Amino acid sequence: MRNGNIVGRSVPRKEGHDKVTGRALYVDDWTLPNMLYGATVRSTIPRGKIKNITFGCGIDWQQFVIVSAQDIPGKNCVALIGEDQPCLADGVVNHPEEPILLLAHRDRHLLPKAVAAISIEYEPLPAIFSIEESERLSEIIWGEENIFKTCLIEKGDVHRVWEMADHIIEGEYRTGAQEQLYIENNGMIAEFDPRYGITVWGSLQCPYYVHKSLMKLFNLPEDRVRVVQMETGGAFGGKEDYPSMIAGHAALLAIKSGRPVKIIYDRMEDMTATTKRHPSRTRHRTAITHDGQILGGEIQFTIDGGAYQTLSPVVLSRGAIHAGGPYYWPAVRIQAKAVATNVPPHGAFRGFGAPQSIFAMERHMDEIARVLQISPIEIRRRNLLKPGQTTTTGQIVSEETNLDKLLNRALELADYDSQKARFESENARNSKKKGIGIAAFLHGAGFTGSGERYLSSVVGVEVLSDGRLRVLVSSTEFGQGTNTVLCQIVAETLGLAFDDVLIAQPDTNQVPNSGPTVASRTAMVIGRLVQSAAIGIRGTLTSGGFLKEHYSREEFLAACRAYVEKHGPFRSLARYEQPADVVWDEEKYSGAAYAAFAWAVYIAEVTVDLTTYSVSVDDFVALQEIGKVLHPVLATGQITGGVAQGIGFALFEKVVWDQGRMQNGQMTNYIIPTSADLPPIRVYFEEWGNAHGAFGAKGIGELPMDGPAPAVVNAITDAVGVALNSIPATPEDIFDALSLNNQAGVISSTTVNRD
Amino acid sequence: MSTTTHQPQKSEISFTVNGQRATVHAHPMERLLDVLRQQVNLTGVKEGCGEGECGSCSVLMNGVLVNSCLVPILQANGADIVTIEGLASQDRLHVLQQAFLDCGGAQCGICTPGMILAALHLLSKNPQPSREEMGEALSGNLCRCTGYTQIVESVAEAARRSTGR
Repeated sequence: MRNGNIVGRSVPRKEGHDKVTGRALYVDDWTLPNMLYGATVRSTIPRGKIKNITFGCGIDWQQFVIVSAQDIPGKNCVALIGEDQPCLADGVVNHPEEPILLLAHRDRHLLPKAVAAISIEYEPLPAIFSIEESERLSEIIWGEENIFKTCLIEKGDVHRVWEMADHIIEGEYRTGAQEQLYIENNGMIAEFDPRYGITVWGSLQCPYYVHKSLMKLFNLPEDRVRVVQMETGGAFGGKEDYPSMIAGHAALLAIKSGRPVKIIYDRMEDMTATTKRHPSRTRHRTAITHDGQILGGEIQFTIDGGAYQTLSPVVLSRGAIHAGGPYYWPAVRIQAKAVATNVPPHGAFRGFGAPQSIFAMERHMDEIARVLQISPIEIRRRNLLKPGQTTTTGQIVSEETNLDKLLNRALELADYDSQKARFESENARNSKKKGIGIAAFLHGAGFTGSGERYLSSVVGVEVLSDGRLRVLVSSTEFGQGTNTVLCQIVAETLGLAFDDVLIAQPDTNQVPNSGPTVASRTAMVIGRLVQSAAIGIRGTLTSGGFLKEHYSREEFLAACRAYVEKHGPFRSLARYEQPADVVWDEEKYSGAAYAAFAWAVYIAEVTVDLTTYSVSVDDFVALQEIGKVLHPVLATGQITGGVAQGIGFALFEKVVWDQGRMQNGQMTNYIIPTSADLPPIRVYFEEWGNAHGAFGAKGIGELPMDGPAPAVVNAITDAVGVALNSIPATPEDIFDALSLNNQAGVISSTTVNRD
Repeated sequence: MSTTTHQPQKSEISFTVNGQRATVHAHPMERLLDVLRQQVNLTGVKEGCGEGECGSCSVLMNGVLVNSCLVPILQANGADIVTIEGLASQDRLHVLQQAFLDCGGAQCGICTPGMILAALHLLSKNPQPSREEMGEALSGNLCRCTGYTQIVESVAEAARRSTGR
């Protein structure tokens, strides 16, 4: 696709200068006069009734502001999809680290001592910690059967496929919890003024989620709650829902104390108490022909949602819709459910259910290939979706989609055939085994199904008195490039320079509700709306006689100034309208699940050291089709960052649980990749376009999280010849898998040979 | 949040930071990180983990890269400290800052100050590091956004621009 003057070019990141000079203000960099610091007293058990709370001696409790559930003026909940999660536990706790009391003091150093001096007596109740325990129903901890949500996708007649099959191949695949591990911990400042209501400033992704939640918690109208996003040091989904909790806490303390209150989590509190990626279990049963054609199958996708519903229903939806991968299924039944356990609620993390179900699909494809004795490439090639075919939900694949071409290019870039042959011949002589693995996948951009229609996002572009324009959105910047890309779109649309367009700090008093910054929706959905609003500005100027049809940049800016001088500052708003061809049946889970899919083929090369069982990733090719690449450097950075997180998900990042509490909530023992652990990640794009996005853009943020784990694990399996069906695969796990295999010759997939 | 234990007495401690003399009154075991952020108002020094793992609080102390969350302020007495705020001269960015801006080395920005100082330390010892040397030298500074590829490219670009190659 053609580049414009600004779109398609790597202009400097809008807030980049402040970031490289240390001037950018994150929430902990900011203080208000007379500010207190807040801390949270949390449950130490997974489930039970609170019997007694004792404030220990040695602390002058008069100096502390203390808040409990009784201080909540509105409904005691963190309002999101449901309202089941309390803001402060009231009588019962359902997971470790559940907030019970809040403290504030002017000296932040005294707070840890005070928290430690409070002892809480419980009557413990039996707790459950795994999907299997939840399914057993020995303890009912949520609803009638511990289920937050189920969904069912049905296509064709699955009953008929088993008798037509040459092989029926089964497998079970698991993924663990994963911590987002943004480097800036969660934090929030709240202030209460009886005249204006509550204001919070914080590290967050979704200003209007926090806004909605505070209105409910304090029983206030919308104009009495103001939410402002500060510079945010990484989020990755981890600051989608939990900031509503912290904002509530800070605001409760601010109201009770009459002073501003700042709450900043330390690393361990952030890691043990806030959300993580949902652990998952996926079971595949696939009917297949001798030559590797998928006839149909059943997929059971189950995720552990933790103690409260939070975002689990929508994580489940996305995971289920992506569970069939980029393949054509003539018939399929996908049964998905999110279950409750007594662990802190799991939440959003880049990919949002898709990395879990795609790990299973892509491992399963390699297992099918192994059983059929055909190559992992061929099994994929024979089943990749083609234009005119339909996805598992019946969405028709568009004309320009050419997955065969994408696959071929990735193989060329990775030099797949010759590397594969070389490793096979060299591995016999070496204790360091090399392998190469592939993953093909897709990721839907924007909210699932009717989500965008319900959100009905509004954006604005306003004209400032100096003639420059300012973008007004609640879409937040936390590293991905929101600020830059939206300004590029406006500048390109109107023929302006990049510096002529500014973006407002997300502040619910200043910007309309353009929805949350999640779901790979900003560039595609919000970008398109911002483009419409920009066109509206031009329309106002031309219809008012301030601007001719053909104009220069200088003439446009002069027209803006002239308009403002005569009529005052003005803004143009645009509201989302569902494209006519995006039709979704919420009941049947069928139709167009997303306005657009991005497509990708990733190839990883690994070395497994059979002395230490450690794995190094030696090469990584990430090829994707994302529509128009609006900003090559930012887009590449999204991919490399997502790939690094995906490699961590596969190899390093293991949450160690005991009684529902994370035991390794430190950077010392929860390991993410460092610069010494990763190869240069080679990023390539195809641009096939997208009718629904600004300048043809699709979503990009989550896609790179989906493919690395299966590509890396498929490469390990290629290297050592043993199927690894659970991640993370640490050296200990690989050692165990190899030992088990040597002892019993176990293979995890079962084959029914129909010959 | 700090876990510093409170000492009864505050001490007067002086050091040079970004070329300016600073005198503070602090408990000897207070963290250099807190003193720089709260008393000298240098909030470009970031706290990521508070235990020396992430490198976000990196500063140069007497030319050595240190995690300021692990340095008791007493040890900084008489030291020469450089933070991210000391790199740009007026409005002209340091070559590393410009390269991070051009090559995508900064995304969310929270690791950026520490990362740039770690890179500065590397280039001061080794003006033309190999990719492996860069990976090794920056491995004490965690970044969750970039996957490091563009950080390494930024440092390589700064090295090229500095040495004129």
